[in-house]
Amino acid sequence: MTGAEGAAGAVTRAGAEGALSTGTLIVGAGQAGSQLALSLRQGGYESPVLLVGDEPHLPYQRPPLSKAYLAGDVEPDRLLLRGESAYQRIDVQVLTGDPVVTVDPDAGVARTAAGRTIVFDHLALTLGGRPRELSVPGMVTDTGFRVQGIHYLRSLDDARGLRERLADARRVVVIGGGFIGLEFAAGARKAGAEVTVVEAAGRLMGRAVPEEVSEFYLGAHERRGTRVLLGTGLSGIRSSDGKVTGVELADGGMLDADLVLVGVGLVPETDLAMEAGLACEGGIIVDERSATSHPRVVAAGDCTVVHRTDGPPVRHESVNNAVEQAKAAAATILGEPAPERVEPWFWSDQYDLKLQMVGRPGPGDELQIEGDLAEESFVLVHRVGDRVTAVLTVNSPRRFMAARRDLQSFAATLA
Amino acid sequence: MAEINFWDAETDDLILTADIRRNDSVMEVAVRAGVEGIIAECGGSMSCGTCHVYAAPEESALFEEKDSSEDEMLAEIENCAANSRLSCQMILVQAEGTANVRVPAAP
Repeated sequence: MTGAEGAAGAVTRAGAEGALSTGTLIVGAGQAGSQLALSLRQGGYESPVLLVGDEPHLPYQRPPLSKAYLAGDVEPDRLLLRGESAYQRIDVQVLTGDPVVTVDPDAGVARTAAGRTIVFDHLALTLGGRPRELSVPGMVTDTGFRVQGIHYLRSLDDARGLRERLADARRVVVIGGGFIGLEFAAGARKAGAEVTVVEAAGRLMGRAVPEEVSEFYLGAHERRGTRVLLGTGLSGIRSSDGKVTGVELADGGMLDADLVLVGVGLVPETDLAMEAGLACEGGIIVDERSATSHPRVVAAGDCTVVHRTDGPPVRHESVNNAVEQAKAAAATILGEPAPERVEPWFWSDQYDLKLQMVGRPGPGDELQIEGDLAEESFVLVHRVGDRVTAVLTVNSPRRFMAARRDLQSFAATLA
Repeated sequence: MAEINFWDAETDDLILTADIRRNDSVMEVAVRAGVEGIIAECGGSMSCGTCHVYAAPEESALFEEKDSSEDEMLAEIENCAANSRLSCQMILVQAEGTANVRVPAAP
């Protein structure tokens, strides 16, 4: 996963000593960090670029972790966003397995856990996020250890652990009916487990899709044998000998479980930024050019919240957002104008259902469904007046591609 | 071990040559090696259409065949041609040989 062992050149592993000096230090080796390095080079940036990550791996794709990887369809080295040779080709240094623990943007100095000092001109924070922790009684044993069988899903190591557990899990409870929870639930059903999804809100994927789509997915999961409990809170975790045995519901109900997956959202990783004095509020605050409150620092990806000139703050947790913000961040470092805004899009694969959405939906949009929900293939169009604002498709990839192109060209006419 | 040549569709220059193993997709090999024109934003789940390449018909024997959903995605892609493929769906089925794909300029 870390590339060729002992290879010299682009990748430095934890343990080496000495101060490093770089033009741009990118802290966080995920989708945004990897893209930012590439975009800097594509934009003609000539100074050294150093990408530092806390995981032992080169930047890899996270979306498959809750989809193909769980099903055993993908091996870890296939998850890499770019191989070692790709970083060598663009002359980007990657330092894995050594988290940056402090940064001083004024002085242009960072320090890592292994005690390295890194001197930089520009700093890019692409720190991602961590799963929101579940805080109910019974998560921890009397001796202070997390009860076995309770899992989160964010990193490759999380996914590895889950994949092992899933092999012999009989009764799976998924806490949270968002994308991660539902994608995992689908994988667990396919693996033959009994699955119950417990969602506190009144519908599935409530932050991302309109009610009609939540309804459709509720039916689709139930038809495939998953039980879904909406509007249901938790009151605790039950365990025996340090292993989970069940989940207690707020209404007094009880679900047996030998595997619990918690997918109740993401907490933007802001600690490093806050300690460095950057403005943060539910994420590192950036503008549309990925600039932060410090002139030397840009930020991109899941760790950010965008304060726009024309609306309320927004957070998009998606690959596409990480990529686009990274491109804007690179342009800002280069002193170039921001690239053209791309219509936001995301996808989710659950069972054989491919959900794709593009655009900027609003609460007051008129919705129109085309196609047949019973056939599990349809298109939902959002409009304001006669203008299409967003399009969501299920198992209609051609319509999605066309919608993305149309929305993009319309956006270009406004630019 | 087979190998694959990536050509720039605009200039006909060779971008790079890389090893490709049976069951590898052309997209994976491209991103591992750092072929810039193949973005592969969705990582090969056929959700985005950013790994579009051109492959001559005689190349197709080396790879798994196109299915209908790939055609659906391709139909709306800019600069789509009869020999367009999504490189994430081009899974090598032969253990030996030399493949060639042409990479369109990034949109």
